[in-house]
Amino acid sequence: MKTMLTEADNTVATVPAAGPRDTKIKARKVQVYYGDTHAIKDVDVDLEDKAVTAFIGPSGCGKSTFLRCLNRMNDTIDVARVEGEITIDDEDIYDKKVDPVQLRAKVGMVFQKPNPFPKSIYDNVAYGPRIHGLAKSKADLDVIVEKSLRRGAIWDEVKDRLTAPGTGLSGGQQQRLCIARAVATEPEVLLMDEPCSALDPIATAKVEELIDELRESYTIVIVTHSMQQAARVSQRTAMFHLGELVEFGDTKEIFTNPTEKRTQDYITGRFG
Amino acid sequence: MPVLWIVIIILAMAAIGYVMGRQRALASAGGDPRNLHSLPSYYGSSVAIFTMVFSFLVLIVWLIVQPIVIENQVAANIPPEMVREGSTLGLMMSDVRRVADGLDQAVSQGAMDPEAASNIRAEFTDVRDRLGAIGVALGSDVGPAVLRAAQRYRSLNATGHMFMAVVVLGLAAAGFILAYLRSHKDFRARNVVETTIRYLLIGAASIAILTTIGIVLSLVFNTWEFFRLYSWTEFFFGTTWSPSFSGRGGSSELGFVPLLWGTLYISFIALAVSVPIGLFAAIYLSEYAGPHMRAIAKPLIEVLAGIPTIVYGLFALLTVGPMLLSVFGEGGLGWMQAGTAVMTAGLVMGIMLIPFVSSLSDDIINAVPQAMRDGSLGLGATHSETVRQVILPAALPGIVGAILLAASRAIGETMIVVLGAGAAAKLSLNPFEAMTTVTAKIVSQLTGDSDFASPEALVAFALGMTLFVITLGLNILALYIVRKYREQYD
Repeated sequence: MKTMLTEADNTVATVPAAGPRDTKIKARKVQVYYGDTHAIKDVDVDLEDKAVTAFIGPSGCGKSTFLRCLNRMNDTIDVARVEGEITIDDEDIYDKKVDPVQLRAKVGMVFQKPNPFPKSIYDNVAYGPRIHGLAKSKADLDVIVEKSLRRGAIWDEVKDRLTAPGTGLSGGQQQRLCIARAVATEPEVLLMDEPCSALDPIATAKVEELIDELRESYTIVIVTHSMQQAARVSQRTAMFHLGELVEFGDTKEIFTNPTEKRTQDYITGRFG
Repeated sequence: MPVLWIVIIILAMAAIGYVMGRQRALASAGGDPRNLHSLPSYYGSSVAIFTMVFSFLVLIVWLIVQPIVIENQVAANIPPEMVREGSTLGLMMSDVRRVADGLDQAVSQGAMDPEAASNIRAEFTDVRDRLGAIGVALGSDVGPAVLRAAQRYRSLNATGHMFMAVVVLGLAAAGFILAYLRSHKDFRARNVVETTIRYLLIGAASIAILTTIGIVLSLVFNTWEFFRLYSWTEFFFGTTWSPSFSGRGGSSELGFVPLLWGTLYISFIALAVSVPIGLFAAIYLSEYAGPHMRAIAKPLIEVLAGIPTIVYGLFALLTVGPMLLSVFGEGGLGWMQAGTAVMTAGLVMGIMLIPFVSSLSDDIINAVPQAMRDGSLGLGATHSETVRQVILPAALPGIVGAILLAASRAIGETMIVVLGAGAAAKLSLNPFEAMTTVTAKIVSQLTGDSDFASPEALVAFALGMTLFVITLGLNILALYIVRKYREQYD
């Protein structure tokens, strides 16, 4: 299934020579319209497997919109329309044969504001496995829940109160619970839409640490407003502005030696 | 002076006061509004308010108190031995009032001059005839005692009204002058107006609260009266309802249980109809319907809530009853005797309650944050899984509150029951039998000639009280649940 993206395969002009890693998600000429607004223009991007890609850019630049294209969450918005091609493992996710529900099980998502369901911690994590029938028995489910909570780096804090409501946790704990919940369906890709914007610095540090650990198993795409965060957690960075992909490349490269002036201005805080 | 004239004079004074107060304040500031403490209109308003508020207050109180005082005075002057056989002081006082009214009318029509009206004597004039001639019909001949009392009633009333006019207009003038003299540029007119508005609002709120307390107290006292005449154990635990109007007490059996059963049974059927339909409609409207569909469908459903219940009653009697009868009646399954039955009333009441359930549930489902939906959809749940497993549980307390409010509506409903369910108080499990409810029986106990001292009439208050306690309990429970739900997302 997975194709190697070689240096020769250089259809994306802004992508500098990619490392020897697999391409998980490939987007070509993606356009998104909200009613009459052209929110995403001609975005071409290749996202690597087992790596963290950060989307940066000023508010309203379309980075969240593009993120939501990757698991077809834009389908839930009536006026949104997506054109172009997005493939995951070379499979077009906007193909008629693809069930968005199945897709979203494979492409998990963590939202800006922690949104645990008003259920117990256990039920929050077990929600995905239950609706997808991932557990054969109660014992099986227990194992999945524990594994997911451990992956979410929150097991030690909640193991004694799994029946307590998830909404009763602190903001940072709630966000890690949401990550555990997303991980529980065994996705291949994790999309994170400003996962730390509602958290304090300590909780942010914990979540960032967690993202770094999760990188080993998942393709992670993170939208962030924090330059430091992008620099800390990501290997690749994509800079968006006014619906266009301005620059895409290795994070080190983007932060030390951006080719585009707009990127440099944004990173150094001159606009945005 | 008639009350209307007093009111018009005071309003005119207030209007003049507004203009004059405003001008005086402006003049004191040298014609420049910027030198005033408040806007010019506040000075005018403060004069108008001082002119009106106290005089109107006194006017209202006087109008309420004067008849009571005069009545007591006149009644005290009727010697007890003058009260006719088989009559009471109360009945005699109503004669007195009618004669006094008759005399007033005679004077205003010119059939009697005011002198004559105050001086005629029953011994020399047939008052009944004289009043009959101008269209005031009296039930019996007017005795001298009644006539004298009526004349005294009239003269006291006239004096009272005169004093009232003097006092009220005097107060208005005093308020006018006081406020006018105070209209100076340093006077804090805005604060005065603000305070007055606050008291006005407090007054409106307390009228609503006091009325409620008054209704409850009247229920309580009459219920108390009923339980002095009728044993409370028989009322609450009696299984037969057969009031008799001919005999006084004793022969009536006023058991509450069959009525409560009818009420609960009909309400249960109504809820069994309205809750699923209303809830599903709400889910459709809030989760699946597009904005256009929603804009059309929601008001259409809410139209149901605007239909008067008597129209639903007609619908039950003329459409649903015969329809059910054709299926379950003699020609069909044979379970049903007549069109009026628990099922008929329950079905129609259920239709009536659909908008209650759907409208409230719709608001509550919409209040569930979008983040919940995104979270669930983002995990790969389908739309209906999201609704079933995340949105409904989150909205459940609110939905329960909505259902309880609908239930208290169902329990209090009357017209549909009167027309759709029949009048027989029965304890039966068959939903195709006629039964009746607490509210329908209150209607039938109080309509027609009823003696308000008999247990047959007073039982209505006991029924009303019980119903009130039940619906109040349901409402409090609903509010409690809804409030608890609100805390979850704030």
